Amino acid sequence: MSHSRSRLNKESARLANNAARVAITLSALVSIAALLAILCFLLLNSFRAVGEVGLWEMLSGTIWHPTSSPPAFGFLPAESGSLWVTLIAIVCAMPIGVGAAVCLSEFISGRVREVAKSLVECIATVPSVALGLLGMTFLVPWIRTFFSLPSGLTALAAGLMVGILCLPTIVSISEDALTAVPDALRQGSLAMGNTKWQTAVKIVVPAAWPGIFAAILLGFGRAVGETMVVLMIAGNSGLVVQGPFEAARTLPGTIASEVAEVVRGGLHYSALFAMALVLFLSTFVVNLIAAQVIDRSRRRWSR
Amino acid sequence: MRQPRQALIGQVRRARIAEVAARVLLAVCLFCAAVPPILVIGVIVWRGLPAISLEFIFDMPKQSMTAGGIFPAIVGTALLTLATALFAVPAGIAAGIYLAEYAGDSLLARLIRLSIANMAGVPSIVYGLFGLAAFVITMHLRQSILSGALTLACLSLPAIITATEEALRQVPSELRNAALALGATKFQTITRVILPAAAPGAVTGVILGLSRAAGETAPIIVTAAAFYAPLPTGLMDKTMVLPYHLYIMATQAVRSNNNVVWGTALVLVASTMGAAMAAAAWRSAQRRKLRW
Repeated sequence: MSHSRSRLNKESARLANNAARVAITLSALVSIAALLAILCFLLLNSFRAVGEVGLWEMLSGTIWHPTSSPPAFGFLPAESGSLWVTLIAIVCAMPIGVGAAVCLSEFISGRVREVAKSLVECIATVPSVALGLLGMTFLVPWIRTFFSLPSGLTALAAGLMVGILCLPTIVSISEDALTAVPDALRQGSLAMGNTKWQTAVKIVVPAAWPGIFAAILLGFGRAVGETMVVLMIAGNSGLVVQGPFEAARTLPGTIASEVAEVVRGGLHYSALFAMALVLFLSTFVVNLIAAQVIDRSRRRWSR
Repeated sequence: MRQPRQALIGQVRRARIAEVAARVLLAVCLFCAAVPPILVIGVIVWRGLPAISLEFIFDMPKQSMTAGGIFPAIVGTALLTLATALFAVPAGIAAGIYLAEYAGDSLLARLIRLSIANMAGVPSIVYGLFGLAAFVITMHLRQSILSGALTLACLSLPAIITATEEALRQVPSELRNAALALGATKFQTITRVILPAAAPGAVTGVILGLSRAAGETAPIIVTAAAFYAPLPTGLMDKTMVLPYHLYIMATQAVRSNNNVVWGTALVLVASTMGAAMAAAAWRSAQRRKLRW
């Protein structure tokens, strides 16, 4: 009697085991499905704009007048704005971020390190609208008075704020790469009479370079895609941006500010999806490269 | 003999100076990276605290939102986040289990990892457009909490999956082997041994992912958020939410009231950051209890 019950138990456990394997594998496929679905919906909805305006005309057009007649759907104002804002953000965040990561992994340790690390990373939990509000209230007026500009809503203001926003990405991923370098390399270098700084510059940073490069790429991706900060403080001008002191619009900012009022299914709507497609593909490429680099460097040290 | 020795001393001196200079420079970098968070939090607390009162938190907006409270926005954010969790957490944890326990290094696993890494980098506004096209229009869910939650679930999925996988990987394989050796099936091993051991890390990761989603504005502008709405009565309602309310009050309100703006900012930051910090603290407390 108890024998047959235990067999029944075993049988049901095996069934549950197999069912679980199938269910778990299926839910892992959700991420692939979601990514494909995003791509499909962007493609489907941007067909109309690509057909009526033309892909190259959109990518290189210098005028964005979606609501005038005849409308003009040139992405260049937004593309140039995105480029300037991202460039400023990365130029500010890269040296500071990599320097902070080297400092964290090579020069300080213990409790101080834990505290500093969580402090740097905690800005990632602040919603970007709040950062936009701070930028509006403090950074924008400062920039206006400091550079005596007619308006502080510029690519520079947005770039600085976005730089702050992508700092934690750069710091924590490069720090991971630096700490993954085996200690034997450090000790070897120190034993040869190198100072800590020489060890860091000549041995550890070169060894961790792929990871640091990936961190910068991911920071770049984060900066390109940032919406709210840019929407609130970049100025949203319609012109092609020539320099940091001009008002700018970016790809995400344009989409976010216009998508709520657009006629669904119309040409403008479709053009916004084409813009999102450009954004999606560019971050996709950047992330693909970063993921590949991180994967390879992880394999290298785990051997 | 003297010449090289002199040169050597010079070299050592230069190396020492470089060492000091480098340390100062790196410390400045770290300082620059650590100051913005302090400033951000400090300013928001300083400006927001005077606005906070029971009335502000539990009252409806009045006089076209220049006075009164933000209760509907708080309720809306809570509902939206809960609904997001409902969709994202089971799928995310299951996918994390797949990657840590079942996948190995197969082609499929690498494909899944790659798509997760890419999903994590998709800009939030792209999720918003995707949600608009897929959920609001194609699935006829209208602009509703449901559409917004599905959109945010897609957005927070990669964070939840990655956190679960990391947490599961940190469980030592001795526990796994012992359970299997006692005759447990793989599924029993996972549910009764590995998941309880990995819970602190996994739960923290899930809360971090959800708190990021709760603070997002761009994905919900066109999928769930309303400029003004009464308290939501169901999942098919549009709703007020904190991030969107803050955005509207800060940029587009005709007569904006600074108190409302900063108060909203404080409530928003305190809830997302509070959740994240509480989760992190809980994890480290659990880690201290649970040692292998």
